[in-house]
Amino acid sequence: MGQLSGPTDPTADAHWEHNHPRKGFFTDTSICIGCKACEVACKEWNHNPQDGNLELLGSSYDNTGSLGASTWRHVAFIEQGQERIAEARESGRALVSLGMPRIGPPAAPDLAEADTTPPDTADFRWLMSSDVCKHCTHAGCLDVCPTGALFRTEFGTVVVQDDVCNGCGTCVAGCPFGVIERRSNGTIKVATSREDQHDNHPAVPNVGIAQKCTLCYDRLVDDQTPACAKACPTTSIKFGDHDDMVETARERVANLHAQGMTEARLYGANENDGVGGIGSVFLLLDEPEVYGLPPDPRVPTADLPRMYQRAGLAVAGMAAAAALAFLGGRA
Amino acid sequence: MVPEAEFTSYYGRPVVKPAPWGDDVAIYLFLGGVAAGSALLGLGGQLTGRPTLRRNARLGALAAVSAGAVALVKDLGRPERFLHMLRTFKVTSPMSVGSWILSAFSAGAGVAAVAEIDRMTGSRLPLGPLRKVLQAVEGPAGVEAAVFAGPLAAYTAVLLGDTATPTWNAAHEELPFVFVSSACLASAGLAMVTTPVRETGPARKLAVLGVLGDVAAMKVMEYRMDPIAAEPLHQGKAGAMLKWSERLAVAGGLGTLLGGRNRVVAAASGVALLAASALTRFGVFEAGLASARDPRYTIEPQKNRLAARRAAGVTDDAITTGS
Repeated sequence: MGQLSGPTDPTADAHWEHNHPRKGFFTDTSICIGCKACEVACKEWNHNPQDGNLELLGSSYDNTGSLGASTWRHVAFIEQGQERIAEARESGRALVSLGMPRIGPPAAPDLAEADTTPPDTADFRWLMSSDVCKHCTHAGCLDVCPTGALFRTEFGTVVVQDDVCNGCGTCVAGCPFGVIERRSNGTIKVATSREDQHDNHPAVPNVGIAQKCTLCYDRLVDDQTPACAKACPTTSIKFGDHDDMVETARERVANLHAQGMTEARLYGANENDGVGGIGSVFLLLDEPEVYGLPPDPRVPTADLPRMYQRAGLAVAGMAAAAALAFLGGRA
Repeated sequence: MVPEAEFTSYYGRPVVKPAPWGDDVAIYLFLGGVAAGSALLGLGGQLTGRPTLRRNARLGALAAVSAGAVALVKDLGRPERFLHMLRTFKVTSPMSVGSWILSAFSAGAGVAAVAEIDRMTGSRLPLGPLRKVLQAVEGPAGVEAAVFAGPLAAYTAVLLGDTATPTWNAAHEELPFVFVSSACLASAGLAMVTTPVRETGPARKLAVLGVLGDVAAMKVMEYRMDPIAAEPLHQGKAGAMLKWSERLAVAGGLGTLLGGRNRVVAAASGVALLAASALTRFGVFEAGLASARDPRYTIEPQKNRLAARRAAGVTDDAITTGS
């Protein structure tokens, strides 16, 4: 058993003996155009079945909804007016002035005097963000998996072994980001005219098993870039060594701040956070909950020693109660 | 300090996903508790010479744990792979630890109960030479089951607490006490239903202790947990079930205390206690699922605790950073 919380190298923690660098994403939402090429590339490469029934969700241009068993990249669309933009600028500026302790340059610039005249249209904006599994340093899903189906790869990522998972669903509740999901039988209603065509489609694979992004493990072992990053036309999704991704993210957020975009902030680049940092770092332009991300996630297992302690005390109490009940000896 | 922003979410969609667990899991929470407490009563009957209590408690333990295990397997996405639960032992996974506890408990409870069945049927089970072995290990098996009884009753609280489901996670400090108390009162209730009053003196005491523990632990839990994450315990179906659970527990406890020596009152109190325990488990289970479905219960407590840490001068542990 490795560390349950705090900064660590997850690959070494999982007892991989070689010196393989941790891989990860940096998703720069400031240059995402919402084309959803990542969603499509992910589905195609991983043979993920259709999710839902092609319905319109009525939430801007997002008809995918959320990450799930069959959706491992999800592009969020948020439409915002002037007031919300101003709030985002202010909350971002407050973050910078907290003076986060960090390692190495670039130093946080003093933004008190920064020109915040919007470089884009002032009236409204669209936030677009491609969400993905975070491949946490301390992964709640992996910790609570009873079968060992979820494991830490040599790249520091978290992957489900389809032939081991028995679909107990504990990981679904264990993920602080709501990423992993058990795949339901995925019966899809199809248009009658295309019935024959769909009859020939393969059955939905891995029904009843927990599914999520593998960071294209099958591509990584061949030294290939994950499908989503490969397909992204604007390089909003970057892939590489985790350390390089974090450094790139820090440089990018400093650049945006220098341009007056104080709303820019990083999500998941701090190894002191509740999950020990994440493998998929994001640059966001508003508070995380606006994108459907938790504002202060904490891996539940961090408190597990305490929970076992409390349970032990309760067990002792139960034994004492039973002993007390039988005191007085034979009837 | 960051000003307290009003609650926002992504089109009202949940942040965390609820566990894909159906009522089967809530039924198991209840039956596991009944089995655990019954094994303790069985051991008590065994050690203090109460043969009817011993027999009924052992049979109750096996019936409850078997039905509970079936419910658990039924709830799996791939039931045919239920044995994968035992392909490893992972201390970080309460489900793994619990699977081993359940297996160890079932072994002892099974042997003890089969010995009772053999006795009841006048040694008619086709055991052959194994009958002597069975009679020799019957006592130790009862002890073994009782050793794993407490862990069986308590681990399910850790299983729920060790999730990102807001209400369960926020309750992790006190939930083990609620669950073991609920197990005590439910198993004592079952004994009061099945066993004549001359042998249920200890069960009545255990019932009263269980009710006291259950009501007190529930109150302390609600008082100490995050007030927003506690809301689902008071709302909707879960709120109604927990309200009735408390009423039935108190009624059953009073009935036990005042009229437990009367066979009819004892049996009625026992039924009330069993119902109270089932409602506690279903109520806590449902409240957790409801808290996962509403983004408010994930986002607001997290924003509040982040703001509180910042106000206390801790600024280096947020997931969102300016640089």
